[in-house]
Amino acid sequence: MAIEDDVLVIGGGLAGTTAALAAAAEGAQVRLVTHKQSTLRHASGLIDILGYTPEGDGPIVDPYEALAALPEGHPYERVGTDAVRDALSFFDEIAGDEYAGSHTEANALVPTHGGTVKPTARYPSSTAAGLASLPEDTLLVGFETLSDFDAPLAASHLEAAGAPFTARGVTVPFPGIVRDDAKINRYAHLLDREETVQTGAGETSARDALAATVEPHLEGEPRVGFPAIMGDEHPAEVRADLEDALGVDVFEVPMGPPSLPGMRLEDLMYDALKDAGVRITSGVPVVDYERDGGAIDHVLVDRHGQEIPHRADQYVLATGGLVGKGVRSERERVFEPIFDCYVPHAADRYDWFVEDVFGEQPYARFGLVPDRELRPLDADDEPEFSNLRAVGAVLGGYDYAAEKSGAGVSLATGYVAGGRAGAEASG
Amino acid sequence: MSDAERPMDDHVPGEEEGFEPIQVFPEAEEMDLRPGADNCYKCSTCDTNCPVAEVDDEFPGPKFQGPEQWRLKRQEDHDIDDSVMKCSNCMRCDSACPSEVPLSQMHNTARAEYVEENMSTFSREYLRNRMLSNYRTLAPLAATFPRTANFVMGLSVTKWMGEKVLGITSEREFPEFAKTTFREWWSDRGGAKVENEDKRIAYFHGCYSNYNTTEVAKALVRVYEHFGYEVMVPEQACSGTPMFANGMLDDARRAAETNVRELAAAIEDGADIVASCSSCSMSIRQEYPELFDFEGTEEVAENTWDAVEYLRVNEDLEGALEGTEVEDANFAYHAPCHSRNQGLDGQTIEVMSAIDGIEAEDVGKSCSGISGTYGWKEENYETSMKIGEEMFEHMEEADATTGLTECPTCSMQMEHGTGYEIRHTLQVLEAALLGTELEAT
Repeated sequence: MAIEDDVLVIGGGLAGTTAALAAAAEGAQVRLVTHKQSTLRHASGLIDILGYTPEGDGPIVDPYEALAALPEGHPYERVGTDAVRDALSFFDEIAGDEYAGSHTEANALVPTHGGTVKPTARYPSSTAAGLASLPEDTLLVGFETLSDFDAPLAASHLEAAGAPFTARGVTVPFPGIVRDDAKINRYAHLLDREETVQTGAGETSARDALAATVEPHLEGEPRVGFPAIMGDEHPAEVRADLEDALGVDVFEVPMGPPSLPGMRLEDLMYDALKDAGVRITSGVPVVDYERDGGAIDHVLVDRHGQEIPHRADQYVLATGGLVGKGVRSERERVFEPIFDCYVPHAADRYDWFVEDVFGEQPYARFGLVPDRELRPLDADDEPEFSNLRAVGAVLGGYDYAAEKSGAGVSLATGYVAGGRAGAEASG
Repeated sequence: MSDAERPMDDHVPGEEEGFEPIQVFPEAEEMDLRPGADNCYKCSTCDTNCPVAEVDDEFPGPKFQGPEQWRLKRQEDHDIDDSVMKCSNCMRCDSACPSEVPLSQMHNTARAEYVEENMSTFSREYLRNRMLSNYRTLAPLAATFPRTANFVMGLSVTKWMGEKVLGITSEREFPEFAKTTFREWWSDRGGAKVENEDKRIAYFHGCYSNYNTTEVAKALVRVYEHFGYEVMVPEQACSGTPMFANGMLDDARRAAETNVRELAAAIEDGADIVASCSSCSMSIRQEYPELFDFEGTEEVAENTWDAVEYLRVNEDLEGALEGTEVEDANFAYHAPCHSRNQGLDGQTIEVMSAIDGIEAEDVGKSCSGISGTYGWKEENYETSMKIGEEMFEHMEEADATTGLTECPTCSMQMEHGTGYEIRHTLQVLEAALLGTELEAT
């Protein structure tokens, strides 16, 4: 017999976890099946709604105002502006103190590891003291063994970008790390666990040693930015200790993949799933399905050779885009691998991209076309299945990397589709 | 779905039917690290999941051990790096990889090559590793004289000798050998109590539940017979997991050959294979087809199940548990890495929630740190305990003083780090379904 639930969500990133939580909030018994670890670990951890228009204008100050002007077929146009607001409130309740930015509808500008600023709607509390709109002089601290963050370079980029303060960068050794390519969670672990490290002054705890290393470089700046490796399980505690020891505000600068703020966001969502009683099956892919008329009867989960049937009333597809492999490509075609839902694309693959690397790339918009219920449509504009909705990066019609809209679309579509799936399944 | 990076084409050349890839590396043969290496786009997600790299500054991590090592190997003067012996074979990197690179398969292959070409068969390390990974061949002797073995193994002089001569840490308590092995018990009771042509399983008990925690194996038999299954107990060798982890691929191949032959014969007799140890099922389902091609390997892999999973899919397990009760049982549950990799990490908690009187709390995603023989080595003991620290803390925070897990070595580590008694999911099912007492393992 099949493993039975009311709602089955396929995919464990931000869109999938939001959909599962929204469905559970409607009283449905929900299961989330996720194959590989979600690409949330590649994500900055920032919750952006819309930073730039599809035409490339921006940074946008009020994302909600800009939503009204989006073209037909954009995921935000499908769900409507009110749903975006509701989804953000839903997220605020889940995130609690761990995220900031809900006091205003305007975008905040968060400095990132390259010294650029990203327009974003919500940001981890650990980055709050670093906002580019605060006119406070800033010291950025990089580490010799962490090549992904060049603090002097990032500081000069920030200044060149017109930040309303002086920024300076220094590079120091990280006490306790010898390896040139130590993993980011090795740094985080040392600080989290307050491990004893060897310094010139003898043995001391990792947080004290770090503060002592940075202290001589301070030239009266009221805030210090570190790459986002300040703890994994206890980041707030690590930051508070450093603030005490240095007597200044401490913030984290979001980094590229793999990203601890992305992992913390993942933890936040999975803790919420646990509290909501959502069942999770991870590490195994959904590989196939059986049809019952116009609906999906059940899907098959491949557990290392065994194809285990999982049945639900409603299904939500949240498998990601080209990177997350919810949309795949071969030389001849672009396709959605589980249900083979329709993905519009040019027949000639040389039309899938344009020469200019930073140009408007057609492939960036590849994905499923949904109706206003977020049901994927076939080539004739009919829903592929009556009980399947699609959310997040598997949807087409938008370029999240250029628009800076990835997290917002995942939250809004996940919230809407999950809520409707939950209501239909338990109603 | 990076919001910093642009998406990329994940096309793998050669996927289309009828497309003949050019043989770029004609010397590629059996011990080839290459499969899947080209899919690695160096996102380093595997490295952030590696429990060893998180606590050991000297370990370069799974990305290096797999795809990067392969690239280095293209230069002829590069041997496999000795750091591969620090990999604990938890296989977390497999499900971490967003690009489906078969990392653990690459590590198993690299480790075997390292042991074959770079480790002296006369070295202390080799002898120790061979002994640890072939626990199965020593255990029968100890099981013949369990009292003597338990006494001798517990002596401080034995532990001292173990550490000084063999490099086996003296910090750990050797597992007690059962006075009667499971197989002895099985033949004493006259084998199967239920005969059923239509519902038949062949039990792969593995070494540990035969020689040490026999209650787990007995629980499996009683639970399956409760559901009307005929249980077969075929001849079997070690699953091979400890051998893979020590690079003893020849030993593993010999063991696998026996298992595939015997289990394939059981499938012929109409049985499905079930295992109670998550590393055993992982090994047969994933590692065998990755590393071996005996006749029947695929068929055996495809017909092997986790014991609880099998009941969930083929019986109405939760229905049967409805209304059952186990009194005042609070558990801190740890999902073993090798359960996670099979998509079984949520299973025990789901099943427990159907039984009245049980509170089972998942203590989170951290690795226990022992990883089979890994934590038994003197040089790894400290790393092993550092990895386990998070799990120990979470167990202590949980509202329970009994642990629950499906992996025998995780259970040793849980006990070692917290002093809690540990149960196997099947033992709890036995207590609920048959109304028996929950015995200590």
